[in-house]
Amino acid sequence: MTNLLHPSRRGLLMAGGAGLLTAALPGHVAAQGAPIKIGFQLHRTGIGAAYGRWYERTAQAALKAINDGGGIAGRPVELLFEDDATDPKRGSEVVDKLTQSDGCDLVMGTLFSHVVMGSAPRAGELKVPYLVCSEGYHVASGALNRWTLQPGITDVRAQISTMAPWVAANLGKKVTMVFPDYAFGHDHRDFFTTAIQAQGGEVIAQIAVPPTETSFTRYFPQIPTETEVLYHVMVGPAVLTFVKELGEFYGTGAKPALFGFIDSLEAVDTATPGLEFLEGSHFWEAHPRVKPADAGEHEAAYRAAVGVDDNGASVSDAADVSTYSHMFSTWETLYFIKQSMEAAGYTGPADRQKLVEAMEAISDLPYGIERPQGAKRFNGKTHQVFGSQNISQVQGGKLVKVHTTTIEEGVYEDAVDYTTMSF
Amino acid sequence: MAFGPFLLLALMEGLVTAAVLALAASGLSLVFGVMRVVNVAHGEFYMLGAVLAWVVTTMIPGPPALAFVAALLIAPLIVATLAALADGLILKRLAYDPEATIVATIGLLYMIQQAALSLYGPNANPVRAPFEWRIQLPWFGYSGYKLFVVLAALAVLLALWLFMTRTKAGLIMRATQVDRTTACAFGINVDRVYMSTFALGAGLAALAGVLVVPIQQAHYLMGGDPLLLSFIVVIIGGLGSLRGTLIAALVIGLSDGVISMFFTPTLAKILATLLVAMVLVFRPQGLFGAKA
Repeated sequence: MTNLLHPSRRGLLMAGGAGLLTAALPGHVAAQGAPIKIGFQLHRTGIGAAYGRWYERTAQAALKAINDGGGIAGRPVELLFEDDATDPKRGSEVVDKLTQSDGCDLVMGTLFSHVVMGSAPRAGELKVPYLVCSEGYHVASGALNRWTLQPGITDVRAQISTMAPWVAANLGKKVTMVFPDYAFGHDHRDFFTTAIQAQGGEVIAQIAVPPTETSFTRYFPQIPTETEVLYHVMVGPAVLTFVKELGEFYGTGAKPALFGFIDSLEAVDTATPGLEFLEGSHFWEAHPRVKPADAGEHEAAYRAAVGVDDNGASVSDAADVSTYSHMFSTWETLYFIKQSMEAAGYTGPADRQKLVEAMEAISDLPYGIERPQGAKRFNGKTHQVFGSQNISQVQGGKLVKVHTTTIEEGVYEDAVDYTTMSF
Repeated sequence: MAFGPFLLLALMEGLVTAAVLALAASGLSLVFGVMRVVNVAHGEFYMLGAVLAWVVTTMIPGPPALAFVAALLIAPLIVATLAALADGLILKRLAYDPEATIVATIGLLYMIQQAALSLYGPNANPVRAPFEWRIQLPWFGYSGYKLFVVLAALAVLLALWLFMTRTKAGLIMRATQVDRTTACAFGINVDRVYMSTFALGAGLAALAGVLVVPIQQAHYLMGGDPLLLSFIVVIIGGLGSLRGTLIAALVIGLSDGVISMFFTPTLAKILATLLVAMVLVFRPQGLFGAKA
């Protein structure tokens, strides 16, 4: 009888052989298949939580697709998520932890611009590539550093310069703006004001709202009566309140045409009671939430991978509406990392500089499953990607795409050349 | 918009702020007056009220009005029970020492907040108002529910005042407030009075939370602002004085409404804080507080 205490001769030999093999294995595995570790700075809690939830899901879906396809240069990929509470101070600590303690090859995923502003300097000090998914103009403006790039989503300046001509031609020329009183909102204020002037229109009032505000009625009397278009872009947990109160304020009376950035309603069902007054109003969308009739060939596969139905809600819970116009950026950023790592022949943190140079060399990014939102063009000098934009109208409580811009419409002159900066 | 309607809207908004504030602050004031405990976790009871209102309204099917009435009854009751437990388990064991209880309630604040984050999640969720009724004035529309909040808060405050001045329980509370030792000597169970006062204070905060949630949505971080404003109101009105609390809430609420509309919300906050500083310098016991 053989058992643990009295092993047979054959058992002993086999166990010994297995032991020898295991001892020989680690060196072999490390040489070929040590995983690439990507740190993900996630807004899991705080005001960005709804975005964070979908950023995590989308990044996981892209990770699975990449690993199923053989990983990056044959190496498996790991994502390490770390919550930053949508807080700038915590943000820089997260970059630190992911880089120093967890040994990540690079860090990605930040959305809220104040967190980007708080974290990017630390990434520069640590000399770790920091790929943000934020929309802010801060990357292309030259305010950040050589290590910070935005390859997965267009910036506010590009978005606005494509929207202004359409707004002036279709909705009106006298615009009142309502925006959050921090970096992201200021980008909207500055660029839309100049962009609409170029179209012969004007911004007749600018209403800045503190980002932590929970009630908005008090701001509405500042909207001049001659306003033709009310331009709104709000973020955070109070957006639903904002839209509801706007509806209560105008009610059945005369109201200006509404043009909003979908940021005001990401993760919110447009058919929610109280939002009826949005009917007929227009929204900028990066990636139409409700699947358009002329959607690209990869749209269905992407939706299936991230678990979103044709209305833009979770397939498992119709009340869980996605942040569809932002979350694709994590997917596209991961594929951008794959492409540049393979081009750079990246082997480990010692190659980080080589990796950034390889990223800067990328320019054409064609439409495909790697870029479900659409084709893009990366500008290595400004570290910013350019792409097409969409305008949708609320029809019967649903967002229906009515207009798509070209990439060229959003291109503007370079404000910085990061490639001339030292690492 | 012309000056008249503008002012009217500012006053209406201010009145809603004042009403919610008066409810929340009266709880804080009561707890301090009777127990001499500065309850830093007060804002979290307010948040719990709002979050539980969401839980109750999502669990109860049927018309929104019915679900909301249920929330109005159940949420403050649960929060009051929780507060009574916290009193028995924490505050009583610290012998209501003023400094120790401040630290303890700070701990309580974080525990409640993180529990809400873990169990309820980081999202802001809307609760439907019991009725959708919009008042259309010639110049602007206004939510009928907001006016209901003002009336409801007034009714609750009136009931609280009647309770404190016309019932035996209120008399016992006031007796304990005036002199704990003498009350004890007269056979009043001071421990029980403290427990029910803490529960009542938390219940009032929770009630304010339930009333405000159809206007604001339930979010685990929503307790911060009301805590700060309640302290401002209670310091200006005089700790422990219900009348002072009500008047200070009106002053702060209305000035917040008017100043933030004609100037900026930031200026309104600056002026309120400045007023607190002035009161503390020139009349430390508050406008209506008794001299310590």
